[in-house]
Amino acid sequence: MNRTKLSYKDYQNDKKTNYAIGAILIVALLGGIWLLEQTIAPTHIVFSILKKGAIYSLVAVSMNLLNGFTGLFSLGQAGFMLLGAYTYAIFTIPVEMRDSVYQYFDGGIIQFTIPVIAALVLAGLVAAAVAALIGLPVLRLKSDYLAIATLGFAEIIRAIFQWDKLGVLTNGSNVLRKYPTFSSTLYPFLVAGICIALICLLINSSYGRAYKAIRDDEIAAEAMGINLFKHKQQAFMISSFFAGVSGALLAMFQTTVTASTFRVAMTYEILLIVVIGGMGSISGSVIGSFLYIACSEWWLRFLDQTQFINGWQVPLLRTGFRKVVFAVIIMIIVLFFRKGLMGDRELSVSRIRAGLHNLIVWFATLPARIKGAGRRKKRQAGEKTTVTDTAQKTKQEGGADQ
Amino acid sequence: MEQFIETLTSFFSTNLPYILAGISVGGQYALIAIGYTMVYGILRLINFAHGDIFMAAGLILIYAAASMPLYLAIPLMIVVTVLIGFLVERVAYKPLRSAPRMSIMISAIGVSYLIQNLALYVTGGLTKVYPAIPWISDSVTIGSATTKMVTLVTPVLTIVLVIALVLLIRYTKIGMAMRAVSRDFETSQLMGIKIDRVISATFIIGTFLAAIGSLLFFTNYTGVTPTIGAMPGLKAFVAAVFGGIGSIPGAVIGAFIIGICENIIKGLGWTTFSDAFTFALLIVILIVKPSGLFGEKNTDKV
Repeated sequence: MNRTKLSYKDYQNDKKTNYAIGAILIVALLGGIWLLEQTIAPTHIVFSILKKGAIYSLVAVSMNLLNGFTGLFSLGQAGFMLLGAYTYAIFTIPVEMRDSVYQYFDGGIIQFTIPVIAALVLAGLVAAAVAALIGLPVLRLKSDYLAIATLGFAEIIRAIFQWDKLGVLTNGSNVLRKYPTFSSTLYPFLVAGICIALICLLINSSYGRAYKAIRDDEIAAEAMGINLFKHKQQAFMISSFFAGVSGALLAMFQTTVTASTFRVAMTYEILLIVVIGGMGSISGSVIGSFLYIACSEWWLRFLDQTQFINGWQVPLLRTGFRKVVFAVIIMIIVLFFRKGLMGDRELSVSRIRAGLHNLIVWFATLPARIKGAGRRKKRQAGEKTTVTDTAQKTKQEGGADQ
Repeated sequence: MEQFIETLTSFFSTNLPYILAGISVGGQYALIAIGYTMVYGILRLINFAHGDIFMAAGLILIYAAASMPLYLAIPLMIVVTVLIGFLVERVAYKPLRSAPRMSIMISAIGVSYLIQNLALYVTGGLTKVYPAIPWISDSVTIGSATTKMVTLVTPVLTIVLVIALVLLIRYTKIGMAMRAVSRDFETSQLMGIKIDRVISATFIIGTFLAAIGSLLFFTNYTGVTPTIGAMPGLKAFVAAVFGGIGSIPGAVIGAFIIGICENIIKGLGWTTFSDAFTFALLIVILIVKPSGLFGEKNTDKV
């Protein structure tokens, strides 16, 4: 076996094996989830973490496409998720249920349903269409104005969907419910996985390179012949499309939809996930969202309850402390680890292979290195004695001279 | 023409309470907006945490007033709020001064998230009742409308404070330094201006005005919740953009216009859209006249 350290680049040309390993990993992941579903009770918290994590990773990746890859600081993600969630719900509530859902609006005006998959795509399309309209004025703005304008649009969309006069369509400020949902954890994984794969393909295409050029230097990109507005508009629409799809998935996960859940805080949450994962890293966003969801809903839960250790009450622990700790961690990441978990690198099969190889090499050469270190130490110790010996000798000689 | 005047007067008499409320809210927005516009003028940063500092000022007064008389609680609240503003700048913005602009904005959002969550933790998610401040909480009747004294106090106090601030910026040394730094960050540094001190002074002035604003704002409301600062904060920012970001009189005029329009919209029965209106206005301004009413024109240089 090769005992030298390897970089991921050494594996990059070995495409066939890489693809095979990638496929095996994906199948193993899905199979693992399937196995988990067979063995653990379906009410266990791990499933809701996995489902929500998958949904959030899709929306985080879609936000990363804008913020990390195109350099557009947009804060409208919650608004587009709202559009997707409502579109999905409105078009899939079974006709016979509509009277009970739209009880204040005589059953609403839409009296037909479309298949779930079609509704998912439609959710994305509606979000993308609205993004196209919004993009026309907004994308001409510079970074921070763009942030505020998109934030404002999300608020306007929320206000419109809560408006009573549109109640026949949106049910006003009442919840939408009784639409088809998913029960298997594999469902959000598959949908989000396919969408994220599409985004990956986009980013590695010539369009993706154009987006990165715009991010790095707008003026230089324009000089190279990239149509700034066209590409920004495109990125904005594509990002909104996937935000819409993830909104629809979130609607399925929550089983009810109200406009009031899609607040600015939600966009902030997604932005922080992107920052934790690393701006400009898709795998970072995915890892970041699973970590974030797991921490905030599961692992840090204990911070919200009063705890006793040997009868001693741990101070500070009570409702809300979890979020404070969380916010402090995020501030530390923002201030000191600005690149997040992944920076702008990607977790790829070749990286995993290189990492594994280096780990094996590390362990394989461990005995040799320990021996080597021992020998070195001995030699150093030997040298030291000789050095001190000579020093003492000279000292003695010097003393004799005096 | 006569008919027009008649409809106008009838409009004013029916909407008088809303217009009065608008002027009052406008004054409060103005006091917040100054903080935004000054910080933006110098650091080119939207201080997303400003609205939350404003909320924190409200909470601090509630907790201070619970254990001491108001004449001590109010100065204490102002001092603590200013200290928070100063610390936020030192801890969250100063280390990122040479970082890309997006990082500083994310840091600002992080601070906003932190302050909101801290407030949630401290209050336990309950709405805290704001103490009634004597004299400015008293009711007065003007024409057909009955309001609190604060409605009349706010515009006067706002204008006095703004005049004082404009004088400070025009005639004192620190004001001159602020103008220089907002004109050119690097050159002013080369000219021996201590940038950090100027930026701290800006944050101190901004948060001081926000503290006064919170005093007036929350008197009109029954309680303080952790997220109450976000909306006035965003609206104040829109006001600052409307007036031309970096311009103090612009921010004040913008704030009054937004406050009045918003309340008239409420009066017309479109309450759902009173928040949306502000943002629609923002987008229209940014498209039609991005430099705002009194802003200076900026061109991009390579």
